[in-house]
Amino acid sequence: MTSSVATRPQQPPPARARSHRSIPARLLVAPSVILLVLWMVVPLAMAIWFAFQRYNLLIPDNREFVGFANFAYILTDPTLWISIGITLVLVVSVLAITIGLGTVLAVLFNQEFPGRGIARVLAISPFFVMPTVSALIWKNMLMHPVNGLFAQITRGLGLGAIDWFADFPLLAIIIIVAWQWLPFSLLILLTAIQSLDTDQMEAARMDGASAMQLFRFVVLPHLNRAIAVVAMIETIFFLTIFAEIFVTTGGGPGLATTNLAYYIYLKALLEFDVGGASAGGLIAVVLANIVAIFLMRSVARNLDT
Amino acid sequence: MSTVTLRDIHKTYVDNEVIKGVNLDIHDKEFVVFVGPSGCGKSTLLRMIAGLEDITSGDLLVDGERMNDVPPDQRGLAMVFQTYALYPHMTVAENMAFSLRLAGVSKERRMERARDVARILQLEPLLDRKPGKLSGGQRQRVAIGRALVRNPKVFLFDEPLSNLDASLRVQMRIELSGLHESLQSTMIYVTHDQVEAMTLADKIVVLQGGVVEQVGSPLELYHHPRNLFVAGFIGSPKMNFLSVQTTGVQDSGTTVRLPGDATITIPVQPRTLMAGDRATLGIRPEHLRIDATNPTLMGEVLVVERLGGETYLYVKVAGGDTFIVQTDGNSRAKVRDRVPVTIDGSVCHLFDGEGQAIPKAERHPLSLTRHPEVPLHTEATLEQTYEQPIQPREVPRQAE
Repeated sequence: MTSSVATRPQQPPPARARSHRSIPARLLVAPSVILLVLWMVVPLAMAIWFAFQRYNLLIPDNREFVGFANFAYILTDPTLWISIGITLVLVVSVLAITIGLGTVLAVLFNQEFPGRGIARVLAISPFFVMPTVSALIWKNMLMHPVNGLFAQITRGLGLGAIDWFADFPLLAIIIIVAWQWLPFSLLILLTAIQSLDTDQMEAARMDGASAMQLFRFVVLPHLNRAIAVVAMIETIFFLTIFAEIFVTTGGGPGLATTNLAYYIYLKALLEFDVGGASAGGLIAVVLANIVAIFLMRSVARNLDT
Repeated sequence: MSTVTLRDIHKTYVDNEVIKGVNLDIHDKEFVVFVGPSGCGKSTLLRMIAGLEDITSGDLLVDGERMNDVPPDQRGLAMVFQTYALYPHMTVAENMAFSLRLAGVSKERRMERARDVARILQLEPLLDRKPGKLSGGQRQRVAIGRALVRNPKVFLFDEPLSNLDASLRVQMRIELSGLHESLQSTMIYVTHDQVEAMTLADKIVVLQGGVVEQVGSPLELYHHPRNLFVAGFIGSPKMNFLSVQTTGVQDSGTTVRLPGDATITIPVQPRTLMAGDRATLGIRPEHLRIDATNPTLMGEVLVVERLGGETYLYVKVAGGDTFIVQTDGNSRAKVRDRVPVTIDGSVCHLFDGEGQAIPKAERHPLSLTRHPEVPLHTEATLEQTYEQPIQPREVPRQAE
């Protein structure tokens, strides 16, 4: 036995590798960084710039720095608060519908039944229709009080017709957006359910779980992360719903369907108040960030466990 | 008392019959192992007992009660899965007490029971951890604990050790054995590992293609395999088979001629074989000897596998067959050596043209069923220890 036990002192790990990136690496990263800066930072900077200007396109020459006047005006405008309220109602209700119904449908579509493949394709297809087109379909073919399918059915039953966009405008918008986004949550939750270990379900069955308990104690906890991810992604999109409102109700009647995105559109392109619209845009950014922080926190906590 | 009885159990998927009529009696406190090659239906059979698969036809009785249509949780059974199947979002304690929670037991009582079981399995320090933070062996133990909490009549194990590494497997095997000893409950265990089967079982059920090939104590299967399949399946390395010709049938034994013109006499009962019939000789590698004094055959060594304690020689003998010979770890045999192989007729097995074993003239003294309730057999009652009446199995012969 010779001294083969003695080990060489450990070399310190190469310091250079971690401390800073080499110059060629930075060069290679540069194009995407520059593109991102142009794409994100420049518009944001312009919005900030315009937000502090009096700038109305009807009198473009009369342009000057006004400090926080645009913000003061907008924040005291009751329309802004109404639109923020409508935005939140829209986001929360569509989230509730898509995730609730999406979970139920995902469980159903995970069962074996004849024609499952076709049913899945059909269930997912609304996502491929662009928002303006689907809004037009709902407006003219389904919810129209004279020609719409719903009116035909209810009249056929002797119940008269509902003028959706006049009587329940926000509900109509919620239904359209939920219809569009249901496939998204269905798709993600379905894949999540498929990754559930069947042994776990069987173990729970042996432990005496009923179908509801199986869902409550095994399936739902398994879907936790997927639901958090769906909620986060959908929230980001639902804060900026525009096409569906523009095509169907135009924000009305009155302000019944004017969300924040539509309010900014009204300011900028109907009142031609670029300064006010930019201020509204910044408020929207702040609002989105607040929501995002909360969501990220809860998602991150979910991803941890 | 907890017994399980299977009466003519069949299982058919669409038109694919996977379990083809299984009859089996599992006694109280018995450790029964289902063993067989993959796809033989052993897991399906276990899942049918558990209630996770429907029974196409036949009767499943637990303690004499028909259980075919009773839901899994009311059969009084608990199952341990190969993948452990722990609930990842619950702690170890919650995992183990989940069945009690579903049954509406109060939280204190639940946790008390979980702690009791954790004490048996040495899981106490881990009670508040989530399964993701446990090692494979610990997870397996939690899965066993989850079964223990339910205090079942019968434990079902579906290849519980196959996801563990070799040394842990040996350790868990010993623990399971101890658990059975201390709980004194009926256990049904599925495995493809014949070492697990041989060491754990009171009774082994060998399955192939949805049919029970043989039921018996481990040593009964080893010393008295009923047919070629069981003979080849039990024992490692595999039993050597050699095609031989019967030359004489006497009361004391049957004499056969080997390809190299050597003859040996095997002490089997004079039954169906006639002089001149083709037959198959079976001899285990551990019963072959390399011995120059009176060799039966000469052979050429093709491969030498040295395991340290023993050496496996792959020997090509006259007639072209290859034998595996288990010999001393200090054997000096080398590849391409010519070695003398001695076959002792008294430890050989003889199978007829249908692959059925010719019963030995005398039973091996250790090969009697170990079951505690069944008294040691006399020669006259031996036939009754088979769980099924012995009858020639119908072998499909479309090929001819």
